[in-house]
Amino acid sequence: MAKFRYLPMTEQDEKDMIQAIGVNSVRELFAEIPESVRFSGNLEIPAAMSESALLKHMGRLAAKNASFDQYISFLGAGVYEHHIPSVVNHVVSRSEFYTAYTPYQPEISQGELQAIFEFQTMICELTGMDVANSSMYDGFTALAEAAGMAAAASRRKKIVVSETVHPEARQILATYAKGAGWEVVQVPAKDGLTDLEALEKLSDERTAAVLVQSPNFFGNIEDLGAVEKIAHAHKKLFVVSANPLSLGLLKPPGHFGADIVVGDAQPLGISASFGGPHCGYFATTKKLMRRIPGRIVGQTVDEEGVRGFVLTLQAREQHIRRDKATSNICSNQALMALAASVYMSSLGKKGMQEVARLNIQKAHYAKKRLALVPGVRIVHEQPFFNEFVIELDRPAKEINRELIKLGIIGGYDLGRINPAWKKQMLIAVTEVRTKEEIDLLAEGLGGLL
Amino acid sequence: MKNKQKALIFEMSQPGRIAYSLPELDVPEADNLPVELFRDEPAELPEVSEQDLMRHYTELSQRNHGVDNGFYPLGSCTMKYNPKVNEDVARFSGFAKIHPYQAGETVQGALRLLYELQKDLAEITGMDAVTLQPAAGAQGEWTGLMMIRAYHESRGETKRNKVIVPDSAHGTNPASATVAGFKAITIPSNDKGLVDVEGLKKVLGEDTAALMLTNPNTLGLFEEEIAVIAELVHEAGGLLYYDGANANAILGIARPGDMGFDLVHLNLHKTFSTPHGGGGPGAGPVGARGDLVHFLPKPMVARDDQGDYYLDEDMPWSIGRVKGFYGNFGVLVRAYAYIRTMGPEGLRKVSENAVLNANYIMRRLEPYFDLPYSSKPCKHEFVLSGKRQKKLGVRTLDMAKRLLDFGFHPPTIYFPLIVDECLMIEPTETECKETLDQFIDVMIQIAREAEETPEIVQEAPHNTVIKRLDEVTAARKPVLRWTKEKF
Repeated sequence: MAKFRYLPMTEQDEKDMIQAIGVNSVRELFAEIPESVRFSGNLEIPAAMSESALLKHMGRLAAKNASFDQYISFLGAGVYEHHIPSVVNHVVSRSEFYTAYTPYQPEISQGELQAIFEFQTMICELTGMDVANSSMYDGFTALAEAAGMAAAASRRKKIVVSETVHPEARQILATYAKGAGWEVVQVPAKDGLTDLEALEKLSDERTAAVLVQSPNFFGNIEDLGAVEKIAHAHKKLFVVSANPLSLGLLKPPGHFGADIVVGDAQPLGISASFGGPHCGYFATTKKLMRRIPGRIVGQTVDEEGVRGFVLTLQAREQHIRRDKATSNICSNQALMALAASVYMSSLGKKGMQEVARLNIQKAHYAKKRLALVPGVRIVHEQPFFNEFVIELDRPAKEINRELIKLGIIGGYDLGRINPAWKKQMLIAVTEVRTKEEIDLLAEGLGGLL
Repeated sequence: MKNKQKALIFEMSQPGRIAYSLPELDVPEADNLPVELFRDEPAELPEVSEQDLMRHYTELSQRNHGVDNGFYPLGSCTMKYNPKVNEDVARFSGFAKIHPYQAGETVQGALRLLYELQKDLAEITGMDAVTLQPAAGAQGEWTGLMMIRAYHESRGETKRNKVIVPDSAHGTNPASATVAGFKAITIPSNDKGLVDVEGLKKVLGEDTAALMLTNPNTLGLFEEEIAVIAELVHEAGGLLYYDGANANAILGIARPGDMGFDLVHLNLHKTFSTPHGGGGPGAGPVGARGDLVHFLPKPMVARDDQGDYYLDEDMPWSIGRVKGFYGNFGVLVRAYAYIRTMGPEGLRKVSENAVLNANYIMRRLEPYFDLPYSSKPCKHEFVLSGKRQKKLGVRTLDMAKRLLDFGFHPPTIYFPLIVDECLMIEPTETECKETLDQFIDVMIQIAREAEETPEIVQEAPHNTVIKRLDEVTAARKPVLRWTKEKF
């Protein structure tokens, strides 16, 4: 009897096929695998579950997690709770999209290819850049790839990165650097922004690129104009990591002369999902486009002159260039890029400004409101987008443990990256937080401090 | 729908239309916004209604072929059915709406799932521990190579800078070796399509860091001398890396750990049924054996004495972090659900059926095409050569395009590079015999067309929404985005 609904082979099929092949058994098809390397036992994994048992089991696991549906979250630090329009899930659930592979056969992949072409355009529009690729694993690895592209373009090995860049992005950069042989120099922060004096001192003619993030890890908006002047001295490349949602409102890095802009499109219609899958994006200038990592879609015409789209500039890629490729990336986050495209199409020209405005307004209200709570101190007085740092009278970890009892997931405990900051908390406020919820956090903190 | 140009969403845009709904501003307006940092011009994004948006993307989806549309025998990509219940569970709010920085006690279900998946994948591959962090196969390869590097360095062996790959290897192998700071050395396969052991001996030495191998290899052949190969590599002081792209052939039948591999990556978007998404997201977990476990990326998910799950950051030998957070969690949820659905018996059946399907197609097509390696059964995939048809003026690319007319996605073509006019066919286990028979019939018809009416094949496809595209101009004069001025 058939037991596995994903396996259509019947006993009769098996018999017929064995006969057609000219063997006596399925076992014979594995005969050349030497006995010594053969696995004879049973895999020690749990027995098969029916669909209903699986749903129950998965439901129980899911129920052990505190989700945004039950709790009011002020967590950000690179991953944000935003409203996701219903259309996003409806489009990415179309199985013509999600069950397809990389569009190697353009004639039957025009849908995916055109959607990515539109994604590339939207990312260019938001970042103010000429060219964008089809996506990277996440914003952090996109930053490391940007460092790699800068090193290759400049033939230099020193990478200067601001300490206001997300700590995980810097950790990943350090891992990539070990393989690539880069020297990574970190520029300290001053009052929540990149210390420009230190940046000038630490970057020199051996430097391939200067990497900053804006809004930075602490939520503050960097002075990109000032960073650019230092970055472009000695022909270094200027790399900016940016939250794309903030670019609905903020001047795009391209406006400041950035050479490469990267980031994560998670805020654009992609669920937090415990950290992934999200969607790195990568944008650059025309000048550098032939060095870009990953897949790129280009416009062309077919034999009859009809406009169509293809994967292009493939001479950069691993399946052609092998060990000389600009990157080893193959699979990317295409479906997440589609989700981000649907989000950007849904929000459109006006909505992207409006959602960014709601974020900045609500975050400003929250900062002002929390500043009134005795025992809460505002740490930085810098221009900011939707996140800011507060200092508390007690360790953030303890406070968060109390807040959860009030139905609130508190901010990011900065003690996780620096013990000296254990009383500091990074608070994110997006458009989904109401005034009432912000007031509830203020009252909650007031009761705990 | 044939040959109809599809408008870009930008071309559908009309000022004033919207497809969004945002909450009202319910806080007092701030008077201290940094307005000087605001953009002068809004980003030129489309303005469409919600229905326009849905029609646009629905039409795009109709111009796309996925596994749910039809047979997709794309070799080395394992285009098996993507179970729908896995899509549902990954969207549970307890998985989709949780933040990676929540306190451990508020995400015990997610951590337990990751912990169990780490264990299951270790068991399936015969490894001691598995990291779930890498986002895709290529990132897994690079992660493994960084671990190899760290391992050799920890033993004071700093001169091991060469990674050996067979000429049949996936392009990502040599590319990952370069990114990890190694020099890739390519060795030719022997006339049986397997690693040439004598050739391998010649390149093994004090500078050998590792050998990267796919087993079964990209020709679909099991490397029978794997035990000897492993011994030789280890004797030379090198390590053995398993590229898991072809793991669908050996679940429960042979384990990389038992073959002598020290490190392995798996492509969950191939073997473990998670959807390819039109190019991603995937997941490329990496398993390690013995001392190599210490070099795995951090954090790992661990379990304490009380049975609580936590993120273990205390890994002094770790190569560090390779990707944000804990990997592509949503993909991991789907793979976990698949493993729970199949169980040990089911997984073994997966490989048996995948291999049976591949051999069936291979033997039935043998009279019509050149089979460069046919003396042994293939595993989950096999390669054909279009040499015979090429002599008639029909190239493999033409045959691939002709398959489109029949609603099939073509096999992988021109890879592996060592087979002339190569077609690499991987049916997977989820296809029924009737589908295989239809494909076989069409392939036989195409072989006949190549002889009798070659122009039908050469001019294919005939039934797709668009004809063959000019890829040369696309690369020479790249148009990589829409611009407003042009329209």
